[in-house]
Amino acid sequence: MIPVPAAVQRVPWKLIAILSGITGFGLLVLYSAAGGNWSPWALQQGVRFLVFLTVALVIGRFNIKIFEDFAYLGYIGILILLIAVELLGFVGGGSQRWLNLGFMNLQPSELMKVAIVLALARFYTQLPPGSTRTWTALWPALVMIGFPAALVMLQPDLGTALAICIGGVIVMFCAGLPFWWFGSTAAAGVAALPILFSFLHDYQQKRVLIFLDPESDPLGAGYHISQSKIAIGSGGIGGKGFLNGSQSHLDYLPEGHTDFIFATMAEEWGLIGGLVLLGLFFLLLRWSTRVALGARTRFGQLAAAGLTMTIFFYIAINLMMVMGLAPVVGIPLPLFSYGGSSMLTIMTCVGIVLAIENDTKKAGGRFR
Amino acid sequence: MFRKKSPPITEAWRGMTFTRRAMLVGGGQMVIGGALAARMAYISIIDNDHYVLESESNRVNLTLVPPRRGWIVDRRGKALANNRVSLRIDLIPDRLHDKELVLGQLRTLLRLDGDAMERINRDLKAASGFQPVAVAEDLSEADYASILVRLPDLPGVAPQRGFARNYPTGAAVGHLIGYVGAPTAEEYQAANKDPLYITPGFRVGKDGLEKYFQPMLRGEPGAKRVEVTARGKVVRELDTTEDKQGKTVHLTIDADLQEYIARRMGRESGAAVVIDCDNGDILSFVSMPSFDPNSFSDGISSNEYAWLRADDHQPLINKATRGLYPPGSTLKPMAAIAAVEHGVDPSERHTCIGGYRLGSRFFRCLGTHGSVDMPTAIMKSCNSYFYWLAHRLGYDAFAPTAKMLGLGEEFQLAGSNQRYGTIPDSAWKMRKYDQAWSASDSLNAIIGQGYVSVNPLQLAVMAARIASGRKLYPRLVNRQFRNDPLPYSADAFAVARHGMDLVVNGPGGTAGRSRLPLDGIAMAGKTGTAQVRGLNTGNGKSGSWRFRDHGLFVCFAPVDKPKYAAGIVIEHGMGGSRAAAPVAKDFMTFLYDREKAMEALETFEAGWGGTIKERMDRDYAAWKSGASSDPDPEIPQ
Repeated sequence: MIPVPAAVQRVPWKLIAILSGITGFGLLVLYSAAGGNWSPWALQQGVRFLVFLTVALVIGRFNIKIFEDFAYLGYIGILILLIAVELLGFVGGGSQRWLNLGFMNLQPSELMKVAIVLALARFYTQLPPGSTRTWTALWPALVMIGFPAALVMLQPDLGTALAICIGGVIVMFCAGLPFWWFGSTAAAGVAALPILFSFLHDYQQKRVLIFLDPESDPLGAGYHISQSKIAIGSGGIGGKGFLNGSQSHLDYLPEGHTDFIFATMAEEWGLIGGLVLLGLFFLLLRWSTRVALGARTRFGQLAAAGLTMTIFFYIAINLMMVMGLAPVVGIPLPLFSYGGSSMLTIMTCVGIVLAIENDTKKAGGRFR
Repeated sequence: MFRKKSPPITEAWRGMTFTRRAMLVGGGQMVIGGALAARMAYISIIDNDHYVLESESNRVNLTLVPPRRGWIVDRRGKALANNRVSLRIDLIPDRLHDKELVLGQLRTLLRLDGDAMERINRDLKAASGFQPVAVAEDLSEADYASILVRLPDLPGVAPQRGFARNYPTGAAVGHLIGYVGAPTAEEYQAANKDPLYITPGFRVGKDGLEKYFQPMLRGEPGAKRVEVTARGKVVRELDTTEDKQGKTVHLTIDADLQEYIARRMGRESGAAVVIDCDNGDILSFVSMPSFDPNSFSDGISSNEYAWLRADDHQPLINKATRGLYPPGSTLKPMAAIAAVEHGVDPSERHTCIGGYRLGSRFFRCLGTHGSVDMPTAIMKSCNSYFYWLAHRLGYDAFAPTAKMLGLGEEFQLAGSNQRYGTIPDSAWKMRKYDQAWSASDSLNAIIGQGYVSVNPLQLAVMAARIASGRKLYPRLVNRQFRNDPLPYSADAFAVARHGMDLVVNGPGGTAGRSRLPLDGIAMAGKTGTAQVRGLNTGNGKSGSWRFRDHGLFVCFAPVDKPKYAAGIVIEHGMGGSRAAAPVAKDFMTFLYDREKAMEALETFEAGWGGTIKERMDRDYAAWKSGASSDPDPEIPQ
């Protein structure tokens, strides 16, 4: 047996393989969606992946303590950015979600998905165990989730607001808050749906209604869902073959390289391609869930669990959307869809989870 | 209520809770992931067929190519209706992204007027998807090319090289052939919403033979399958099915004769039907003035239609079958046959004293003919002689013969809509007016006045039946009739034919001026003059056009071995010998000596102001500019 140097051993080859598998498959689909061209999407996405993968690996080398210490500061900073974006949008006369950083457009709401998880993990780490079932355990968390969620809703970006809420709620749940709080809140939420519905923007309401009955408006807002289902359904088991998807190539599928990239893939690769992709995502989520379960510190546990949920939320909502199980909310498929913001978020999540894993490994296992 | 004895919360408890809950969340995620996989499998396996179909209908756009319509040809294969190339511009609503811009461009390039723009906008609103909307048809090569070069900037515009119906002889065949037009909403519904019916360029027969033979003429549409993007850009053509042209309809018409007669009618209003005495073939079937079916087939403008409607010569009415006229003296040969059959000796003489006294009334004759026998009475059209016969035999003796010779009969004739008139008898009058038949009724009927009315087709059939001695049925297509011999004696026919011979060729016959300018071929005929108004309102020979007498003529030729028979009516022509017989003379000449006939025609047309088309164009232009059309056409001669 050839001895493997420790430096090589420390590189998480398995994780890199999973991430590359997902992104690589995505590059093929982007290549096809551009009509058999590396530009404008595939090449840029590939380069971006390499950059962000490096970033993730670097983040993974950080001491977990840094994230814990800067959790609140980061949260507050990003909250200020969110307010800034909102004000800019207000001044600019229209809704704006990003800040132009020159080399990319930064969406603070994307970063907030990560920041909320870290901040809440920090909060529950500091919370004395005895207070877990008290009011003290609840209201600061609700405030911390509520502020950014409300700001994002104002943009308006329902999908991201939901992602922020879900990430935060999962941390609260894993922190051991009484089960019935979640149960009754969920029940109350269902009961309050009609009221919430009335708070939505017109176009959001329309999307929800059309989601419930896409065929009612096949050429209008239901068009996305109908065409996406046609693309997936016509792919069948084996797909129409690489570069042979008519729905995407003839522009029937809107956003075929971003939000609806799964449909583009399914049309050409069929059910088999879909199951392969789902399998890869399963491996990714299994890895991060295992990290959460094995984490050495409480912060690590909660942060990993919350970040796993954030990644999962992207995947689940996107797939439900393209298969007609959820309204069109504009959430990309992690690593697969063309786009920098979502990849940055996901890779940040992965990097932090990697840091937690390294922290656990260094200490030689789970604490206590 | 909830403060039951719970164990103190410790770090260890928290760790265990975390593990439980994290596994719960992970399990929940797996359930959702499994559900998504199942959902995908459901869509792509169970619903696969459905979605493959939808994907194909997205991808492939089927465009129907209207079939070329079958030709309508005359007895020698000469086209009466054929197709010509028509350059057209359509709009595909689904591909039209900037409607205002594109329509504005088209309006400028094709010089469309407000009416056209309004129609296009209306059609666009009603149309959906890929159903094309017609913008303009029959474009010039230059206009068409101007669109072609700008096509990349005009998304949604679809130029087409299609076919349009063409009638080479124009107005001459208007009433015979009918015309075609775009299907109406009702026709579309009746065709079970056949998409062909809303394809621009598709035409259905609207009138006459075009309508009657529609199923034969229609043909099968072709189809063009193209792959299109969601924005309507054609990626490539997949395949094209050729259209199948409709079947050719062969008519018995002689196209040259048809056109000649139509032209020879000049500015008159009237009808002429020529029948082949051997088999009943209709050689010409003219009603003038007529509309130009080419105008209708291109979609007639409301202006032009109004002009046609306003014309007091009624170009929209087919007078050959829809015009009813008192036949006047043209019925005298028929009366002669009936009289001989009822035992009257043709050589028996009656003295004409300028009229006939019936009781206290005196029925006038047009002259004082002295002693006349039957042939002479026909030759001179002596009313007194026939009054005498009618009084002696009663009209019930004549009516069956009239009907046997085709008068009052409705024929099975392709594509015609006939008004078949009246041959009265005592039973008819009783039925209709609940009055007994009187002797004066007989006297009026025998000279073709009073209750009697016939159409020009019936007059031609009567002439053909007298000439052939057989019960000929008129036909426009090769349809078999029995054409049995008529149950009358040869003597009876001989008297009638001899009388008709004398009318044209005898000394002092009423149509002596219409003798054929041919060697060895003579025409036999009978003139008729039908009063439009009672004698007290004028003599029918002058005054305004509308009150003048109709001129009628029935004839056949050659006398010795009849081949052609005809019936001609010239409305308000002031007399059969004056208006109708000269027309017959010229077209009968045409059948044997075209050059001579054409010479005569060209002289006439020079006097009338050109060919039919030239005159119609000029009249229409004049009408549009405010002047009414000439209400008092000059009389040919």
